[in-house]
Amino acid sequence: MASVNAIKDDGDRTSLIYNPVVRGIVFQCVVFFGILALIYWFVQNTLDNLARAGRNISFGFLNERAGFDIGQALIPYSSDSTYTDALQVGLLNTLLVAAVGIVTATLVGFIVGIGRLSRNWLIRKICTVYVEVFRNIPPLLVIFFWYLGVLAILPQPRDSINLPFGSLLSNRGLSIPRPVWGEGAWLVGLAFVIAIAMAIFVARRASARQMATGQRLPVLWINLGLFVGLILLAMVVTGFPLSFDVPVLGAFQTSGGFAIGPEFLALYLSLSLYTASFIAEIVRAGIRGVGRGQSEAAHALGIRSGTTTRLVVIPQAMRIIVPPLTSQYLNLTKNSSLAIAVGYPDLVSVGGTILNKSGNSIQIVAIWMVVYLTISLLTSVFMNWFNTRVALVER
Amino acid sequence: MKHIATGIISAAILSIAATAASAATLDDVKARGTLKCGVNTGLAGFAAPNDKGEYSGFDVDYCRAVAAAIFNDPNKVEYTPTSAKDRFELLANGSIDLLARNSTWTLSRDSSLKFNFTGINYYDGQGFMINAKKIPGVNSALQLSGAAVCVQTGTTTELNLADYFKANNLQYNPVVFEKLEEVNAAYDSGRCDVYTTDQSGLYAIRLSLTAPDDHVVLPEIISKEPLGPLVRQGDDQWFDIVKWVGFALVDAEELGITQANVEEMKGSANPEIKRMLGGEANSKFGTDLGLSEDWVVNIVKGVGNYGEIFERNIGAGSPLKIARGLNALWTKGGIQYAPPIR
Repeated sequence: MASVNAIKDDGDRTSLIYNPVVRGIVFQCVVFFGILALIYWFVQNTLDNLARAGRNISFGFLNERAGFDIGQALIPYSSDSTYTDALQVGLLNTLLVAAVGIVTATLVGFIVGIGRLSRNWLIRKICTVYVEVFRNIPPLLVIFFWYLGVLAILPQPRDSINLPFGSLLSNRGLSIPRPVWGEGAWLVGLAFVIAIAMAIFVARRASARQMATGQRLPVLWINLGLFVGLILLAMVVTGFPLSFDVPVLGAFQTSGGFAIGPEFLALYLSLSLYTASFIAEIVRAGIRGVGRGQSEAAHALGIRSGTTTRLVVIPQAMRIIVPPLTSQYLNLTKNSSLAIAVGYPDLVSVGGTILNKSGNSIQIVAIWMVVYLTISLLTSVFMNWFNTRVALVER
Repeated sequence: MKHIATGIISAAILSIAATAASAATLDDVKARGTLKCGVNTGLAGFAAPNDKGEYSGFDVDYCRAVAAAIFNDPNKVEYTPTSAKDRFELLANGSIDLLARNSTWTLSRDSSLKFNFTGINYYDGQGFMINAKKIPGVNSALQLSGAAVCVQTGTTTELNLADYFKANNLQYNPVVFEKLEEVNAAYDSGRCDVYTTDQSGLYAIRLSLTAPDDHVVLPEIISKEPLGPLVRQGDDQWFDIVKWVGFALVDAEELGITQANVEEMKGSANPEIKRMLGGEANSKFGTDLGLSEDWVVNIVKGVGNYGEIFERNIGAGSPLKIARGLNALWTKGGIQYAPPIR
């Protein structure tokens, strides 16, 4: 500011051109209007060229009949449904594999990351090999490995491998028994909800009590007892309203039960295991980033090793871990578009079919971009919120 | 991934290009010195790279015939391998001049996609192939309820399949891939029980499987699949050229003009042959099209007539051994029929 004032002092003698304030404003205006003009030119040119090519960009085609079937649909869908329905099926499939993948990748990542810091030589080395193998292979190859290298060489459905609980594994995927809830099952659900509420209450009371008296309650055992007891009680009262629809071998594939296709399995396993290797490194970096003095101090106070990790090291590591973790979650979601390589009907795959069938490439590409942008931004918003919760509180 | 890139690139082209390439495709092709032709990524007999990396096949010969008509050199073709999904986008955005990729002529492709099919070079129909070893006792598509069906996405096949199984109240599980090679690999590994595509394609694909003899093509044909080359709408001259190159191939077969005898046929007394080969005095057929007067001579010398192209690539002279069937000339019990050159 001082320099500006210094120049302003003899401002009467200099012209406006040499006035840094005026200059700044002028240049910013020029850049601003320049960018605006460029955007206008892009949009206008696109519209002109589209009009000249006789292609309009309305989204009306989305209400037309789709005409094609989709192998895995979470909502009712047939070839009579509209393109919009098809896109929804694709979107849900993307969200499904991303959500399940993120949970698995986080669990595996944390276990492997902590494992790399283990004092046990074997665990440490296994975790290192895992990270180095998966981190250094392109995700597409990992997907192909699972799809063509593992799942495709499983036996035909009629020679399915029998797994525990009547599950069947073949090259058509994994069929597991599907729980069928009978009459009065809502009571069991209600018992579950009540158990959750009571568990939260117990945990709150226990920590309040610890704060006040220093005595600790066995919260875990109390809550476990609550869950098992309440649900069992509800089951007995309603006469066990739960049966299982066990998959059986059919003419071509298994029927009944809940079938998980090899496309989903390949994609899910690849994305989780691939991303887990990055998360493991982030976790390791986070834990290493906490000063050694912190755990030494905790030990000096006589706190046990497990408790030290849980209450001293991890909370401080989290503020290092969470920001890069967000990027990994976004990567996993975006990598799920590799689904197309194995024919998993995700948003990109279904959208591509519509693009080809209707010829509305610009609209479909726009929908893809908007949807992925929205998913990514929502993930970021959530993770930022989470980050502020674990961030270091400076006093 | 490719179609995403295609979509984005075409969006980019549309936003940056000051003027869209319009009208005279022929001038562009001549100025460039090569014809840009979109073909299949690999379908034995129709379009596939040989061991030297050169494309050959039934559809490829249509590209070569057009190049021969324009440049008197069938080799002046730049091939763009196209997937079922990105083929139309590549043609629409001008990346290719001509698409000869076993594509079915349908109303919506003519109207809403704004293309012009230049004729039918192969009358086909959709069929089913199964592994008779793995699922014995199946001899009709109506026994396929509950089967997993491998199909290529973005094709009329995918839609016919949905219609056929729905009309016959059969259940099925579609396993959908973008590229032919991916469908082949999935079917060969046993991921699906059934492979469905055009029957000509099934015969070609069967040869590339691990044990071709285990597989049988079921008798049902569930659709009409008239395959042919196509161009963008809005350039009538270019449309005419590609259309008449196709007709000339069929007319040449009908008149017995072959790659071997075309030079001596030039001296034929038959006025029809004379007219076709540009031997008529003050003839303007070729120049009116925007080509040279001996355009038919160049085509036939370059690639042969329709029958020769058929036999060489997919007929008796090829491993596919597809019978002419519907694709025989109209004079021989088929429906291949071309308007006269006059």
